[in-house]
Amino acid sequence: MGAAVMEHYFYELAALLDRSMAAGEVYTCTLDAEVSDFVRMNHGKVRQSGTVTQQYLRLHLIRGRKHAEHCCTVSGDLVRDRDLVKASLSTLRDTVSDLPDDPHLNYATDVESSRIVKNSALPASEQVVTEVLDAARGLDLVGIYAAGPVYRGFANSLGQRNWHEVASFNLQWSLYHRDDKAVKTAYGGFAWVAADFAAKMLGARDRLSLLAQPARSLEPGSYRAYLTPSAMEEIAGMLCWGGFSGRALATRQSCLFRMKDGTAELDRSVSFAENTADGVAPAFQDEGFARPGSVPLVEEGRLVGSLVSPRTAKEFDLATNGANASEMPDSLDMAAGELRTSDALAALDTGLFIGNLWYLNFSDRPACRVTGMTRFASFWVDKGKIVAPVNVMRFDDSMFRVLGDRLAGLTSERDLVVNGETYRSRSVRSMRLPGAVVSEMAFTL
Amino acid sequence: MVENLRLDFRRLNCPADFWSLRVVDERADCYSVRKNVPQPPSQSVDRGAMLTAHAGGGSGYAATSDLSRDGLQRALDRAADWARASAPRSLIDFRTLPAPAPHGEYASPDADSTRWSRRDWYELLSEESRTAGCDSRIVDWEASVESRTAEHVYLTSAGGEVVQRYRFVMPNLSVTAHAGGDTQIRTLNGYRGLAQQGGESMLERFDFVGSGRRVAHEALQLLRAPNCPGGTMDVLLLPDQMVLQIHESIGHPLELDRILGDERNFAGTSFVTLDMFGTYRYGSDLLNVTFDPTRPEELASYGFDDDGARAEKAHVIRNGILERPLGGAISQARARVAGVANSRADNWNRPPIDRMANLNLEPGDSSLESMISGIERGVLMATNSSWSIDDSRNKFQFGCEWGQLIENGRLTTVVKNPNYRGISANFWRSLARVGNESTVKVLGTPYCGKGEPSQVIRVGHASPACVFTAVDVFGGDS
Repeated sequence: MGAAVMEHYFYELAALLDRSMAAGEVYTCTLDAEVSDFVRMNHGKVRQSGTVTQQYLRLHLIRGRKHAEHCCTVSGDLVRDRDLVKASLSTLRDTVSDLPDDPHLNYATDVESSRIVKNSALPASEQVVTEVLDAARGLDLVGIYAAGPVYRGFANSLGQRNWHEVASFNLQWSLYHRDDKAVKTAYGGFAWVAADFAAKMLGARDRLSLLAQPARSLEPGSYRAYLTPSAMEEIAGMLCWGGFSGRALATRQSCLFRMKDGTAELDRSVSFAENTADGVAPAFQDEGFARPGSVPLVEEGRLVGSLVSPRTAKEFDLATNGANASEMPDSLDMAAGELRTSDALAALDTGLFIGNLWYLNFSDRPACRVTGMTRFASFWVDKGKIVAPVNVMRFDDSMFRVLGDRLAGLTSERDLVVNGETYRSRSVRSMRLPGAVVSEMAFTL
Repeated sequence: MVENLRLDFRRLNCPADFWSLRVVDERADCYSVRKNVPQPPSQSVDRGAMLTAHAGGGSGYAATSDLSRDGLQRALDRAADWARASAPRSLIDFRTLPAPAPHGEYASPDADSTRWSRRDWYELLSEESRTAGCDSRIVDWEASVESRTAEHVYLTSAGGEVVQRYRFVMPNLSVTAHAGGDTQIRTLNGYRGLAQQGGESMLERFDFVGSGRRVAHEALQLLRAPNCPGGTMDVLLLPDQMVLQIHESIGHPLELDRILGDERNFAGTSFVTLDMFGTYRYGSDLLNVTFDPTRPEELASYGFDDDGARAEKAHVIRNGILERPLGGAISQARARVAGVANSRADNWNRPPIDRMANLNLEPGDSSLESMISGIERGVLMATNSSWSIDDSRNKFQFGCEWGQLIENGRLTTVVKNPNYRGISANFWRSLARVGNESTVKVLGTPYCGKGEPSQVIRVGHASPACVFTAVDVFGGDS
């Protein structure tokens, strides 16, 4: 299905719903759709290749303060989907009839329609994969290429229409030296530029050569460390796991609730915001509320805001700021520091250069204590020079320390890290993050 | 559904060596009562098809939610295009693999029995919510359930036809207590840890009725409890922690596609290598682990995997010695080792990969009382709350919701934030006691993540309680 065809289909479907509403009924609906090519590679060859065309329609029927939702796959052809939509509506009417009133029902009643289409032409995925595998000839490459359009639509019976359509690609690949020693690289965007890819592949090859030296095993203890933006993505991801959620903060389940209570803070150089304006996620949410361009979350080390979904707003008497039900940032922005990335190794001096972190989890959530592993290209640095790759190490430390009194500097350049997750659908999340030098980080195993 | 699909499949045209159709039709009803407020119900119908084609030595797939005959034909054409395009650079020569032609059916227990009504569920969940919210220090609580049915149909150009019908009930209960700057969360066997095939009779097996008050009481106990002490000591892991230990440090490292390198860019590799099968001592003599898709109530039981292989029980570790990996027919052909039928996809829109399915630790002969009485200094740990392991599945650190000291053979003080760390390659060799059948619980999780593109799939684990010696134990900072 072509891009314009998908938008037209969605609006026709919304018109059908408009005509189907009975007196006293309101609907909201969302369409999550994509046409994605996925090519999985291993040992420099193709392991699996295919295309996924999926369309999920989520219909929400409201009568007074009673409501329910029904989600179904649709074909994208309204002639065939008409009966499905009617059946979905019928199921919802039956369900809503015997429900109690919901005190936390909250949906947008101010109409704010919008349309964003970034539909650049991408090269055929078969052609890209040939280019990638040619560039990796002689190397042990493993990874995935995902590409194609992603669609998000919102409509309601008040006449609001929102459309967000982006065609993008995301290549994530690792070059392996041996065992678990590898360099991981990502190249994503809206237009494939062969020269940009070639430069990234060249950089990966250069770093791969550093892994040829004998690996060093570190004893447990505290080490000075530099965390690249990719490693910082994992740490920021932990803070996003309920940390900024209005509901989790109100119920003291957030890892940052002590910041709300004023008993913990981060370094003054740390600021976070949900920066929808510069992200790749839609500027509207599932109940139809528009998202502000930016929502400050942490400023100069202090918690100043949270992400509040419409439901949480009702429950805790707060104002919603367009968060979805998960209340996780979709476009997290961490403020830059003053350290030039080119000076990061010198600033680290002697310690651990951490290219990537892996499999983080809370070891004590109220204390914001997190454990996780180093992964991929991580090196021991001596007097500003990389001297050896290091075998994987486990850290276990509080982020109130790592991003607090142990934070020695943030880089002035930041990376836009486009989330490559493909669980159920291709992610539209991203983060903009600096690297960080930490004076001391606890490693345990 | 099956008859129509059979007719449509016969009319598909494809100039390929082999092609198949896999249709998944999964329906879910989700109910929840949070802080005594019934949440709006959510229902879903997730229905689609994956067409796979092998041509010229390559393989391709195309998934679609358009199940019309034209929609299926378009998807098959696209799959065949991919097969031809990938053939010159395919990691596997698919011409060397046999064309699956399986025949059979599978049905979960109670697949056809009457399901509870919405009203029945709300009444139960409301009552558990009411009793959970029993104290001002309880700041959040929720009782919920996912009730699911699924039908999977697999048809192949070699004449194969498999129909499998599933039913799942997955209740959840969670209570959050807060006081004095600390928060403790207690759940019933972990988040969605109560997950089985079959109908509502599972609620009795897990004493779900009355769990609201019980779990709330335990959350309040944790709020008053000291931190778990640190040191090297014995640990007694109850089944709702054992399942995580098995999953992360036996299940994933034995997945054959990891060993073959497919997952190295995402989920990781494995410390296990192909030469270890048949000789490697994975654990003590007491360690017996089976791949068992035949236990009716277990979450990932089935008759055939998603590449059409018939599923049968097999030992993967016997008396501590590693016997076979968890790999389906394609991985077995690549590695030239015997595996199991575990090539599985999480839905119609993802291709099959090696998954652990049901992976169980076989019971031993120790009663819970004898395991406790045999420990001079140790900690009982229950209900996983934190999991982290390296990309080779070796260095791990796990945390639990609930701890209780064992001193001189007796359970004593309740402790909070119990954590332990270790290395898979050594840890299972410290397995000192394995609980008998009376200590076994059949649990699982619907949230096992893996794959590129990523998939989250249901896996089952049955385990007794077990004792491990000389474990590095520690508590939290709070």
